[in-house]
Amino acid sequence: MNLTPKSLRAALGAHAPADLATAGVAPAAPGPRPLPSGVPILTVKDVCKRYDSDPDSPLVLDNVNMTVDRREIVALLGRSGSGKSTLLRIIAGLLSSTSGQVAVAGKPVSGPANDVAMVFQSFALFPWLTVLENVQVGLEARGVPPAEMRKRALAAIDLIGLDGFENAYPRELSGGMRQRVGFARALVLDPGILLLDEPFSALDVLTAETVRTDFLDLWGDGHLAIGAVLLVTHNIEEAVQMCDRILVMSSNPGRVAAEIEVTLPHPRVRTDPAFRQLVDHIYGLMTRRRKAAPGIAETLAAGLSLQLPHVSTNVLAGLMEMVDAEPHNGVADLPVISSALQMSTDDLLKVAETLQMLGFAEVVEGDIRLLPPARQFAQAELDVRKRLFADHLLQRIPLASHIRRVLQERPNHRAPRPRFETELEDHMSETAADETLKAMISWARYAEVFAYDGDTAQFHLDAEEEA
Amino acid sequence: MTMHVLHGGRDGLGSPSPLARLAPSRWDMVALPLVLGLLALLVFGGHEVAQPLSQLERTPITLDPWTLPYYALRTTLRMLAALGASLLFTLVYAPLAVKSQRAGQILIPALDILQSVPVLTYLSFTVTFFLGLFPGQVVGAELASIFAIFTSQAWNMTFSFYQSLRTVPSDLEEVCTGYHFSTWQRFWRLEVPFAIPGLVWNMMMSMSGGWFFVVAAEAVTVGSTTITLPGVGAYLALAIEQRDLGAIGWVILTMLGVILLYDQLLFRPLVAWADRFRADTVQAEERPTSWVLTMVERSTLFRTLGRPAGGAARATLRWRLPALPRLSAPRLSPRAVRMGDYVWQGALAVMALYVAVHGIQFMATGVTWGDVGHVVLLGLATMVRVVVLIVLAAVIWVPIGVMVGMRPRLAAIVQPLAQFLAAFPSNLFFPVAVAAIVHWTLNPDIWLSPLMILGTQWYILFNVVAGSQAYPVDLRDVIANLRLRGWRKWRDALLPGVFPHLVTGAITASGGAWNASIVAEAVSWGDTHVQARGLGAYIAQMTTDADFPRLVLGNVVMVCFVVLFNRLVWRPLYAYAERRLRVS
Ligand SMILES: Nc1ncnc2c1ncn2[C@@H]1O[C@H](COP(=O)(O)OP(=O)(O)O)[C@@H](O)[C@H]1O
Ligand SMILES: [Mg+2]
Repeated sequence: MNLTPKSLRAALGAHAPADLATAGVAPAAPGPRPLPSGVPILTVKDVCKRYDSDPDSPLVLDNVNMTVDRREIVALLGRSGSGKSTLLRIIAGLLSSTSGQVAVAGKPVSGPANDVAMVFQSFALFPWLTVLENVQVGLEARGVPPAEMRKRALAAIDLIGLDGFENAYPRELSGGMRQRVGFARALVLDPGILLLDEPFSALDVLTAETVRTDFLDLWGDGHLAIGAVLLVTHNIEEAVQMCDRILVMSSNPGRVAAEIEVTLPHPRVRTDPAFRQLVDHIYGLMTRRRKAAPGIAETLAAGLSLQLPHVSTNVLAGLMEMVDAEPHNGVADLPVISSALQMSTDDLLKVAETLQMLGFAEVVEGDIRLLPPARQFAQAELDVRKRLFADHLLQRIPLASHIRRVLQERPNHRAPRPRFETELEDHMSETAADETLKAMISWARYAEVFAYDGDTAQFHLDAEEEA
Repeated sequence: MTMHVLHGGRDGLGSPSPLARLAPSRWDMVALPLVLGLLALLVFGGHEVAQPLSQLERTPITLDPWTLPYYALRTTLRMLAALGASLLFTLVYAPLAVKSQRAGQILIPALDILQSVPVLTYLSFTVTFFLGLFPGQVVGAELASIFAIFTSQAWNMTFSFYQSLRTVPSDLEEVCTGYHFSTWQRFWRLEVPFAIPGLVWNMMMSMSGGWFFVVAAEAVTVGSTTITLPGVGAYLALAIEQRDLGAIGWVILTMLGVILLYDQLLFRPLVAWADRFRADTVQAEERPTSWVLTMVERSTLFRTLGRPAGGAARATLRWRLPALPRLSAPRLSPRAVRMGDYVWQGALAVMALYVAVHGIQFMATGVTWGDVGHVVLLGLATMVRVVVLIVLAAVIWVPIGVMVGMRPRLAAIVQPLAQFLAAFPSNLFFPVAVAAIVHWTLNPDIWLSPLMILGTQWYILFNVVAGSQAYPVDLRDVIANLRLRGWRKWRDALLPGVFPHLVTGAITASGGAWNASIVAEAVSWGDTHVQARGLGAYIAQMTTDADFPRLVLGNVVMVCFVVLFNRLVWRPLYAYAERRLRVS
């Protein structure tokens, strides 16, 4: 098919619903899908969500309000677990909210919404359908006649750069190509709003960059017959590169904590000082809020309700060594470390905050500062390290001292795992309790404060201590 | 509808002209005779079925080897019909059990029970019904026979589909919901394709089970009269009755041919076709192939025939029935839902009680407490046999399987062979065993036992070979590097690695052995009857005697044994193997 971008656009735009296609076209707007101006394509009002019907269960989303206007790309930026995917699924009508309203193109959403299409992190392609068939399924579901279905699907496939792969099966494609199919499947429906749930996270860095810029080019040149884009991501640079507006979400419960307009001209270059400055600014925003999170007083006050992230002691030690060494000498800029280690912001913050929780570091405004015990740790031998780690564990983590006390009190110095599991589940979800215990076990094994036998699922004191 | 082969290039966009598309390819030279031949056989077989019963009496079974191809055709069609029925049953039953939690609460335990009832029992309880449907017609007897075969095939297919339906990837489900698939479209676009690989594998196992019982299923006994349907099974029965070793040889030869044909024409293409439905997205180096599938895909004949059918099937996927309101529908409060559950479970309990009371009342008409104790003891005897045999088979096949699995070229030969042997009805060899037992006056309690596992032991070999093929190469290098040898090597490295696969194979083998006990514990050769003491022989005896109260008792005990055995032995073992020893 030798279609120019123009004619492709015509092919894609030709079947836009009449009410949308005719109403007040702003001549400046490049997109072929104008809405009556003034009505945002998406409004989210006072949305709350808990997964459990029990009113005491944790709030995942707390009073989220946002709008997306047409011709906008908006990012939902937040740490993993902050409820971004949950919000996206509520917008798509895949989940119902506990309270609050969502409207797409002015119509309230109840059940799978009509004017949205979603692209998934895992691609979510049907492995037994060809590229063409995968792109067609949404049209098939709308009862589009075969000839038209085929024409539109082929146009979308060409547009997204998959020409020649129509009859390939997903398993024959690389990750980047697969995600292009995911995009084509969504684009072919001309959705009023395109929902992207971390669409680039499963791709390697280079591939992600290519797919991203290709998408931005299509969008910038006005080749996409979609109203707006809502992008979920935990990657700050991705959000800055792609979006007109960034909504920063905080965790536990998920809220919109800040809103940032990005006015940098396209194409945006990552090395541009203004770009870097904005990234640093957002880093600061995301970590500033964390200062209020677990400091020593908070961890102790949290008691058994403190959730522990499953971070390996190797990683903890590695970060301490790195920040301790030249050129950082105990204080480092997190974005710098993140790019040096090729580690996502999200993962790095998790490690840094674990160090803070254990009293080894402070995380402030995008910086990590090691405390004296951490510098001692970084330079010590293994047994000193273990002793240091054990001290901090028992002092800072209430669960650690709790388990140890229970073991010491019991005559045989043994206790079954479910004993602590049920205790934790009073304060957190089952999965969180599981992760917390896993973290506890691996830290305790390293620090040798107590042992755990996976076969019998029992905690016990070390043999030498029992004797 | 899932025949992707049906749309080749990009029609209308620079593809060859329609005339060129219709030009025959060289595959058509195979396809045309094959299709015409199969059609002719189908018509011929169908015609034979539509005869009055008296026709059967006028042409009794003969041992003339030249009749065997005809008998084989009849048996084959019967098997095919039963397989089709099983598939249909599966496609309806499993979704019901999954989509409605309450239906599932009864359907799944029911399936567990249905699959542990011996095939003979179904036959003896349903014959009168089927004969009554078409009085005086062969069709009635055929249906009874097909139903008996069906009962040896359907359950594991249904279980497999049920399992698949419950493990459909959640992101694909979200695509279906988010992209507004209809229930029908979701069924054919997601649920069925996802289940196909498991389903095809289970169809093959079902077929193997079916061949084993076809002997029993072709002699339909009502009261004192026995209707013998023309077929390989009936031929074998007659050969045994007349002690004709030559005839037995002919049957074995015929079966070899039939199974090979089935493999080539049905299962190999199915497996090759099913391969594209594997949900993993990595590309395997070796994909199963089949010349029949290639022919179907390449020949113009099939493409021309298939195109309209495929188009029509796909058209149904676009149907939009008025959508039911979803999230906005009034939600019942959790308490109301829980109340509903209690009411439903109460109703189930009452029903179960009713059935139990009636069953007991019925048994009480002809069963004493002494019988109950006796039958439980017999059940224990059969259980001991099953356990000992599985252990023995494991001891023999695990070392061989591991050795074979570590040598890819050998494995490529052994794997299909094991599969073939599993499909081969081992009861064809039973007469040999009887002859041996009689000749050396052996103890039947011991020497009949191996027959129970003769056919199903191959699943152990098959799975162990597969397991050791999957054994990680780096671990093998470690074994060599650490110079692990002898018993240590087996205990520390090899056995734990193949254990999960061994358990999978043993579960299949043990299920098969229980089922086979009714055939294998009582074997005849002419008028010599050799019987072992066991539950299988008991049930076989009661079936012949038409002693229904005792027959029910035997079946109830059998079901209890099998279900408990699965719950208390296999499930924990399987869970342990999956949790602790899965090498991934
Ligand atoms: N199906 C679910 N049931 C219960 N809790 C869930 C479910 N899905 C997500 N959660 C919880 O909701 C929170 C937000 O999850 P999610 O929306 O996936 O976050 P994100 O996409 O930002 O990583 C997490 O704490 C997670 O554990
Ligand atoms: Mg997410």
